[in-house]
Order: sequence, then structure tokens, then C-alpha cells
Amino acid sequence: MEITARSLWTLIHGMGFGALYLLACSGVLIELYRRYSPKSECPISPRDEKFLKVYLVAMAALAWITVLTGTYIIYPWYRAVAPVGTVNLAGFPQVMLKSSPDTIGWHSLGMEWKEHVAWLVPISITMAAAVFVRYGRNLRSQPQLRAAILCFTLTSFLAAGIAGFFGAMLVKNAPVEGGRVIHLMHGE
Amino acid sequence: MNRLAPTVPANSAGLPNGSGAAAILAAGIGSFMVAVLAIAADNSAAVKSLLNFYRPSGPLSGVTTFAVLVWLIAWGILDWRWRNRTVALGRINAVALVLLGMSLLLTFPPIADLF
Repeated sequence: MEITARSLWTLIHGMGFGALYLLACSGVLIELYRRYSPKSECPISPRDEKFLKVYLVAMAALAWITVLTGTYIIYPWYRAVAPVGTVNLAGFPQVMLKSSPDTIGWHSLGMEWKEHVAWLVPISITMAAAVFVRYGRNLRSQPQLRAAILCFTLTSFLAAGIAGFFGAMLVKNAPVEGGRVIHLMHGE
Repeated sequence: MNRLAPTVPANSAGLPNGSGAAAILAAGIGSFMVAVLAIAADNSAAVKSLLNFYRPSGPLSGVTTFAVLVWLIAWGILDWRWRNRTVALGRINAVALVLLGMSLLLTFPPIADLF
């Protein structure tokens, strides 16, 4: 059982950072919606407040790591230019997708949308984290601030979902392969 | 900027909302810049070449770096102006959310290709 270095990076970017971000999003949305509602009667302890601050900062860090690894590590492999006359396009995912009318849409719609929409995620969640760190439990008496954070976090969830979906479909249709082969284990 | 954010009485907690408003509007501006620059790079060879900061990633590197810079600068300026004020957040939220919604739409290739 083996995996190439590029596949491993793709896995870390998508299944590690990206999927973890999506999971974390659902938690913060529920927390902000329920506990920080002006109508909520549940007290917020300093410990709860600190937890959510750390949680949101961690989410922002996760979002930045995801887009930076995607843009500067994986994307260059994806858009590698195939030398003239190359027959085997396995190492050139973008060229491979564009070579067939059945798959070109995964690039022209999927990757073109993914590469840009994903960047709305760190911007949105960094704002949410910064506002929460500044206001904390006072958000209960600032319903408009809370509403804006919720909308931006929800949008970041949607944008991350779009990027994640197309990322998975792109890997399925034209995987980013190559680099050092890592042997995970030997079969029987 | 003052017309967009007239000073209003502080809420019951007494904490000015200006810092939060600055972060929210700046995030809307930053998101919108991602979409605008992506369209500009797609439509102009000169812009595309200008935004090619890191060749292996192509113009995406410049689009995102420039948008992030605009976002951070806008955030810094707005925070400096509004930090100690309580502003009319409803209007700022509306503008920021429209910018965010437009960013989502304008990054969608079939819509971006209309420009």
C-alpha cells in the first residue's frame, strides 16, 4: 500500500484541514445561534467564552492553512503544463480535464469557482473570530453584530462546502499525482 | 464614511460597536475584491500578467494577495475611524452582506463570464 507525496498533500489539504473546518463550522454556528441569542437565558461563564474564542481563532488558522496549502502547494501541481507530445496526462490534472468535453466542466466550472470562492472563507471567519474576541458575551446585547457574524460564518460554511465538493470531484476525475512514493505498509 | 456610519447612542452594555462594524465592512470589501480581481485578471492580459506574483500558482496568487491587502488596509482604516464610536450597524451590515453575496455570485464562473 503506497501513496505519492502529492496525493498525501491533497489528502491533508482536503480531508484534514478542509473537512475539519466544515465540521468545526457546524459547532460554532449552533453555539452562536443558541447561546449568544439575546433571548437565551443560559448564563455564559468566562470559561465558555474563552473556549469559543480559542475555537474561532483555531478555525481561522485552519481556514488560512487550507487556502494557503491549496493555492501554493497543490494548485501548482494541478496546473502543471504538459510538454508538447505528452501522451500520458496523469501528472497534469488540468490538461487532462480540458482534454475531454466530458470532463472540461470540472475545470472550467469546478476549479475556476473553487480557487476563488475558497478565499472568502478565511476572510469571513477571521472577521468572526476578531469580533468575538473583542466582544465575547457582550454579543448578547449587540444582536446586529451577532447577526453579521452568523451570516459571515454561514457563508464561509457554504463557500468551504463548494470548495470541498469540487475538490473531491476534481480528485475523482483527475487526481493530483506524482512526487516521492511513500510506502504505507506491505500486503500479504 | 460618516454618512454610512452616523454615530448613534451606545447600547445598554455601553461597548461601542465601531470596532465590530469596521471588521464586518472590511470583510465585505475584502471578499468583493477577490471576485472583482478574479474577473479583471480573466478579462485583461495586462492585469493577469500584473497579478502573476508567483508563477507556479499564476494570477490566483496576485488576486488573493492583493484582495487580502485591500481587506487588511480597509480594516485598519475603518477601525481607526470607528473604534470609539457606536455606529448605525444596520446599514453597515446591509452593505457588507450585499458585498459578500455579490462575491459569492461573481466568483461563480457562468456569472463571472458575463463581464
